[in-house]
Amino acid sequence: MKVHISATGIHMEADTSTPETAVPSSVPQPKDDFQEELVIRPLHSGDIYASFQFRTLWETDFMRGNKVSHYRLFPKSLGQVISKFSVRELHISFTQGYWRTMQWGQPFLPSPPGAELWVWFQDSVTDVDGTWKELTNVLSGIFCASLNFIDSTNTVQPSASFKPLGIGNVTDHSFLRYATLPREIVCTENLTPWKKLLPCGSKAGLAVLLKSEKLFHSSFHSQAVHIRPVCQDWQCKTTSWELRQTLNVVFDLHTPGQGKREWSLFKMFSRTLTEACPLASSSKIYIDITDNPQGEQFEVSPATPLLSQAMVLGDRRTFSVYDLTQQITFGTVRSLNLLIRWKSRDMLRPLLHGERYVAGYGLQTGEIHTLMYNNHPYRSFPVLLLDSVPWYLRLYIHTLTVASKGKDNKPSYIHYQPSKDRVRPHLLEMLVQLPPNSVTEVTVQFERALLKWTEYTPDPNHGFYVGSSVISSLVPSIVAMDTNSTREQPLFSSFFPCKEESSYFVRVYTEPLLVNLPTPDFSMPYNVICLTCTVVAVGYGSLYNLLTRSFQIDEPSPGLAKRIANIIRKMRGVPPL
Amino acid sequence: MATSEVERRRGQLAALSIAAVVIMVGVPLWWRTTETYRAWLPVSQINELANMQLQLSADVEVVFARGTVTPEQQKKVPLTQTQDEEHTVDENTALRYRYEIRYRTATIMEEDALDQPTAAEADLSLHTLSESPCGSLVVYVIPESSSLLPEDMDVYIGQRRTALLRIGAQMRVGRTVEQLLAHLEPRIKQVLQVMSFSHTDITAALSDRVRLSPGNKESIADSMRAFKSSPGYEITFSLLNPDPKSHRLHWDIEGAVQTYIQPLLTKLAPVANFSLDSQTLYYAMLGVNPRFDSSSSAYTLNSDSLAHVINPVEARLGSNAASSNPVLNFLLYVPDAHHSPLYIHDNKKQEVPSNAFHSPRWGGIMVYNVNGFYRPEAVLPVDININMAKVMGVFLAQLRLLLGVQSSTAPPGFLMAPCGSTGLADWELDRLMWSRSVENVATATTTITSLAQLLDQIGNIVINDNIAEQVSSAVTSLQLAVAELEAGNLGFALQYSKEAIMASERAFFDPSLLHLLYFPDDQKFAIYIPLFLPMCVPILLSLLKIVSEARQKRREKQAKKD
Repeated sequence: MKVHISATGIHMEADTSTPETAVPSSVPQPKDDFQEELVIRPLHSGDIYASFQFRTLWETDFMRGNKVSHYRLFPKSLGQVISKFSVRELHISFTQGYWRTMQWGQPFLPSPPGAELWVWFQDSVTDVDGTWKELTNVLSGIFCASLNFIDSTNTVQPSASFKPLGIGNVTDHSFLRYATLPREIVCTENLTPWKKLLPCGSKAGLAVLLKSEKLFHSSFHSQAVHIRPVCQDWQCKTTSWELRQTLNVVFDLHTPGQGKREWSLFKMFSRTLTEACPLASSSKIYIDITDNPQGEQFEVSPATPLLSQAMVLGDRRTFSVYDLTQQITFGTVRSLNLLIRWKSRDMLRPLLHGERYVAGYGLQTGEIHTLMYNNHPYRSFPVLLLDSVPWYLRLYIHTLTVASKGKDNKPSYIHYQPSKDRVRPHLLEMLVQLPPNSVTEVTVQFERALLKWTEYTPDPNHGFYVGSSVISSLVPSIVAMDTNSTREQPLFSSFFPCKEESSYFVRVYTEPLLVNLPTPDFSMPYNVICLTCTVVAVGYGSLYNLLTRSFQIDEPSPGLAKRIANIIRKMRGVPPL
Repeated sequence: MATSEVERRRGQLAALSIAAVVIMVGVPLWWRTTETYRAWLPVSQINELANMQLQLSADVEVVFARGTVTPEQQKKVPLTQTQDEEHTVDENTALRYRYEIRYRTATIMEEDALDQPTAAEADLSLHTLSESPCGSLVVYVIPESSSLLPEDMDVYIGQRRTALLRIGAQMRVGRTVEQLLAHLEPRIKQVLQVMSFSHTDITAALSDRVRLSPGNKESIADSMRAFKSSPGYEITFSLLNPDPKSHRLHWDIEGAVQTYIQPLLTKLAPVANFSLDSQTLYYAMLGVNPRFDSSSSAYTLNSDSLAHVINPVEARLGSNAASSNPVLNFLLYVPDAHHSPLYIHDNKKQEVPSNAFHSPRWGGIMVYNVNGFYRPEAVLPVDININMAKVMGVFLAQLRLLLGVQSSTAPPGFLMAPCGSTGLADWELDRLMWSRSVENVATATTTITSLAQLLDQIGNIVINDNIAEQVSSAVTSLQLAVAELEAGNLGFALQYSKEAIMASERAFFDPSLLHLLYFPDDQKFAIYIPLFLPMCVPILLSLLKIVSEARQKRREKQAKKD
């Protein structure tokens, strides 16, 4: 690249309002704020759950008429997306692996395997489908993912399951689009652009721990971006935009042969912490020590005197807090390397979880079974089940049955949108009451469709993915939940807004399904052409023969005895018979 | 024997009719059903465009002030005069410049305006009297004794579309109208070349069509500096703070853009749409390590390492998500505490006073040192307000360069008015519009002709109707743009040329042209061989047999005759 030195500038009369100063009093209060947080929870299975959350709050209005936008902490690329596509809320997640609710409990932020994207548009958008298509293309460029494969055949408009999480009480679900790509593989190329959105990048703060070679060597990895407008204060006088970047990872350190069950920041991430991001107003590490009040299960070193309690997922949890903005946290060695040593283990069952599988044999029909478990001993609660099934599995909705404890359980609300071939998928949403301590089974039969030969994926014998079902519910809480969303609280406990004290919101994703479709032999078109041509040619050949040959009566050929006799006569010089 | 002869004839007839059916019905049917869809393209018009005769017409009004012509001469002065100038650029491209010069004497109001004490005031009051349309010029010829211009200056070029021309001393006595006009003509032409278009500008604008002869290296570098013509540009200001731990930077970019950049962009609105944004990037490092110069106790970046600065920074800038227009990047780099002060050195190892450089068709970088604020007692991070007037002065100069607003060096004897608050004089805008229209026309014709060539060469690309539509609309817009240039309507010409370029690009980059669902001819034939071979062999054989029999029969007849 060739550069030129411009020696001249245009002389401007100095504007007296912006003198070159170092006086802090003239500095305007920044309207944006950045927080970072890491929660570490030792799981009962012996694994370690680490959840990073980075939150950027910006008091601005993307929908203003003028196009000039000046970004400080908020990433420019996402800001441009919000204002260009008039986005009200955007939630995108990339997940590798399946969250095992039965072994690990509830995650702070649930996400289905593969990629998930759901967007609420502003009601000023006229062509929602066109905007959605363009938006997915732009996002696939930003996140280096195959989101451009989202089209009308895998997009649905859920009527009840996905309500806006920010302010604004929108009920018209024509501005909502939801799509999953269960086949999407998440890797380093998705992590790098995600890290670039952070103000400090991966240069300082908690993000230095995010090294891809360790993060992807884990049982579960999920990274997400959530954008929504939120209230700044209790009365909601001022609103601001919240960008929440989350990364959840479960490390499986309980490998046999290692003997000692010991865990440290360095072992997990191959890095230790030396400083907080200087732009962050708060930078904290929380370690969940609720199940370990006297240190009988594991011990944490270095020990911290700071303890904090937070209401999360209907439970009051106790955390050890390490504040990275305090120099004392790093001690004399100027680096923080948390260490946990395990002593024993036990198990706790989550109140709600779901499972799904395909039953049946052969390549013509099958049955989808969805199991929802309510493990609460005496309370029943309603759940919303959302199923989005691709058009090539033709659901027979009359075979839909919902049964709990062997009895028919009639859903109180069903929203079903049938599929159209090659245009849109099936959408099934229903509200089901789960009796206490029960398993509710939803079954529906389907028939497999034949695809056109260009519609098959590159590896069709692997099977076709069907995205996870989504179970959303307000689960009865053991302790009183905090309904004030603007109060200072750890980031991990403040994502889903809490409307009432007696329950909390949980979203559970089931496994994605892998279904085999009848797969043809892909050299078939050529074979068909060859076969047809040959048949036509044979038929034509005999017809041609019949038409063009001239027929005449031929004398029957002499018999074998006569021919031998003739040969002998010839040898004797006698005229033949 | 007779029956068998009849039978043989019937067989021959059957073979012939089958061959006829196959050739007359089967082959065309097969051909039609396996053909790709190709919409009609205006090929002949495109071929006409490949041979471009571009004519640029400029209107000039020459106004004689009191004391420059006598009443008798005034009657003899022709009303209009047309001058043509032809250039052949290469075998396919020819240029013709037409100057239409109208002569008249000044009105009383204009005389009053010319009586103002300074040239700048005269310029302003002449502008309020009448506004000349885009692309035209008014030259006021003022007497030699006029005090509007300093002694050694002959021409004053104002901020609008007017120029003041002082009549030469040798023209005072004993002159005829012809002599006067002959004296004025070269000077008016000189004014025109400064204020509307010059041959070098126009040939530079044609660079997409015509390979420039490797002549003047400097002028090629000049023409490569500016961005290519585009219907829109994104301007991004980035503040690079590699060390947020030692300084917290505050820049009032919103106010600065309003004050310094927006007036220029408003003025440039007819040329292109602009969108502005800014961002702050933390921990963004330069790609090179600056060298410590112990003599001045400062860090230096010398000119040959500047090229390596941009690439690592660019990875952080991020591409524009919202549009595909070209991006102009302006970076303000505040060096970290351990590497400051930082100065840029030019080729001669001298410090660059503005401490900035630009990269052609990319943007500009300015280094802003804040080491004066690190006092020993200061608590880190130090809060620093950036002086935006200083920064924007540099960025505005770079923006003008990158957009192709050339501050052409004035010929001797020319006095230019300083550009006003908008940062752009009217005639500078005209100059830009002339070269942008020509550039757009050149680019669009190249795109359309190469697309037509490509479609012609690859015979089995599907041409959909929408592509044909885009191509036709591009061709129509191009013809209109050329016609408007010829008529001298600069504004319309630019508008049409922009439409042409957009339509041609849309046609050229249409995804349906890349679609893989077409078969090359050899594969098509290979697939149908199992049908063709068994069908054609008997037909051919029986035809051969018929021919040989006919020949034998003729020979027999010949023999009988003999």
